Amino acid sequence: MRLHDIAHARTGDKGDTSNISLIAYDPADWPALRDRITPQRVAAHFGTFPAEAMTRYELPQLQALNFVIRGALAGGVTRSLALDAHGKCLASVLLEMELPAED
Amino acid sequence: MIVRIGAGAGFQGDRIGPAVDLAERGALDYLVFECLGERTIALAQQARMADPTGGFDPMLERRMRAVLRACVRNGTRIVTNMGAANPEAAAARTRAVARELGLAGLKVAAVTGDDVLGRIGGYVLDETGAPAGDLGERLVSANAYTGISGVVAALDAGADVVICGRASDPTLFLAPLVHEFGWARDDWTRLGRGTLVGHLLECAAQVTGGYFADPGVKDVPYLAGIGYPLAEVSEDGNAVITKLPGTGGQVTRATCIEQLLYEIHDPARYLQPDVVADFSGVEFREIGPDRVAVSGASGAPSTGMLKVSVGYRDGWIGEGQISYAGANCVARGRLAVELVRARLEPRASAMDETRGELVGVNSVWSGGAGGPQTAEVRMRFAARCRDLDTARLIGEEVEGLYLTGPAGGGGVTKQVREVLAIASTLVPATEVTTRVHMEEVRVEVA
Repeated sequence: MRLHDIAHARTGDKGDTSNISLIAYDPADWPALRDRITPQRVAAHFGTFPAEAMTRYELPQLQALNFVIRGALAGGVTRSLALDAHGKCLASVLLEMELPAED
Repeated sequence: MIVRIGAGAGFQGDRIGPAVDLAERGALDYLVFECLGERTIALAQQARMADPTGGFDPMLERRMRAVLRACVRNGTRIVTNMGAANPEAAAARTRAVARELGLAGLKVAAVTGDDVLGRIGGYVLDETGAPAGDLGERLVSANAYTGISGVVAALDAGADVVICGRASDPTLFLAPLVHEFGWARDDWTRLGRGTLVGHLLECAAQVTGGYFADPGVKDVPYLAGIGYPLAEVSEDGNAVITKLPGTGGQVTRATCIEQLLYEIHDPARYLQPDVVADFSGVEFREIGPDRVAVSGASGAPSTGMLKVSVGYRDGWIGEGQISYAGANCVARGRLAVELVRARLEPRASAMDETRGELVGVNSVWSGGAGGPQTAEVRMRFAARCRDLDTARLIGEEVEGLYLTGPAGGGGVTKQVREVLAIASTLVPATEVTTRVHMEEVRVEVA
C-alpha cells in the first residue's frame, strides 16, 4: 500500500527549506503514519537529503505530520537550477512511498 | 459582530475574476490582495531604480480598475501589499484610477518604512554568514516584514484603500481585525487567532480547492470556476472559512488542514512581527457545505525582531532544452547531457553549478529509479554562471546538438536570466518605523 492510498500532502517553501505535510484521510490510519513514517524512512525514500536535515512535527487532532527539510531546495527558489525550484512536486513524491510494515 | 474579510489574490499573477466576484457579491468589510513573494520585492526595487515612478505591482491598475467601483458601492475597504518597492507611487496610481472612475472622496493610504536598505549593511546574513554590506554593489534591496501598526493607523484614519510594501502576509488580514475589534496589542490569543485567519486566506484559492485536486482521489467540483475564500470572523478571533455560493472549488476540513501547514515549520511557533502564533491545537469542523469552523489557535509574545529579506545579484543562469522521443530516447537524452557537459568543460571555472537531467525521468525526483524507457524525454541542461557570456553558452551548446548531438533531437529552447538571490537576517523591531501617507481622491467638475 502506498501513502497515496491513505493520505494527502502539500509542499510549501521558505528560502532553502521545504515543508511537506502528510495528512491521513481516515483517523484510523493516523497511528500508522505516526509510528511508521519516520524521518529516516522519508530521507531514504527521497534519497537526496539526510534524515538529520529533517524535523518532524505531529498534529494528532488533525491526523497530520509536518516534515521540515532544511537545504532541500538546491539553494532556494531564487538561486536553484531545478525546474521545480519551489519543490511543489515533492509532496506527491512522498505519496509514492510504500507504507512500511508494522514494526 | 462578524467581520467579513476576503482574499482577492494570493500571488502577483493571480486571476482577477474571482476577486471581482467577491467585490460584487461578497458583502465584504475587507478585500485583501496579497501579491508579494520572497523575490518579488527585489525585482520591484530593480524596476524602481530604472523608473522612480515604478516599482509597484504591474497588475495594480488592472486589479483596482476591476474592483474599486464595487468596493465603494458595497462599503468594502481594500488592503494590499501591491505597493511592493514603491507604495507611494502605487497609491498615486490608484487615485488616478479612482479619479477616472469618478470615485471622489476615496481615501487612499500608502504605508512605508519597510525599506531598510540604507541601514542593513552591518547585519550578518543567515545564508552567507557575512554582513550584507560585503555584497557591495550587488546588494539590491532590503525589506523588513513589518507588522500591523501602519495598516491599523491607516484604517483608524479612515482609509478606504491601504497600500503597503513588505508587510508580513498574515498582517494584511490581522490589521483590519485589530482595527475592527480593538484587540489589545498584547492579547496574544486573539492576535494568534487573527494570524491564523490571515494564514488560511493569504494564498487565496489554496484553501478553496486550488493546489489540491488529484483526479479520482481528491476530486474538486467545478475547479475551472473556482471561487476565492472569505472568512466570517468573530470578536474572539475564531472564524468560519467559506466561499461564495455558485463558485467552483470546495472548502473542507482537508483543504483547510493542507493550507494550515503550508509554509509552516514549527506549528507551535509561527513567528510574526506582532505575535508568535501557535497553530498546534487548531481544529477544523465542517458545519455546512463549504463552511469550515476554525478554532484553537493561540499565541505568545512576539520576539521583538523582524525578518528582513535581502535581495542581491548573484550571477546568471543559462539553460537549454531539447526533446528526444521513441525508441531508445532515454539513452539518447543521457548522451546529450554528457556531450553538453563535455563541451562546456573549458568554461567550467566560470560556472558555479551545473545540472543536466531528463524531464520525465529524473528532473524533479533525482532519487527515484526512473523507468528504462518512456514515450519521450526532454533533456535539460542549466548552469549558474559568473558572467552573461558563459550563461548564453549553455543554451548555445544545447542548440548545437541539432547537428552534432544524438539522433533525432528536436524542439530546442534556451534562456538566460540574471539571478536575483534572496538572503535573510533579523533586525530589532525598534529599528523599523512605519509611516502612513493618506490622500483623498479629488474629481474636478467642469
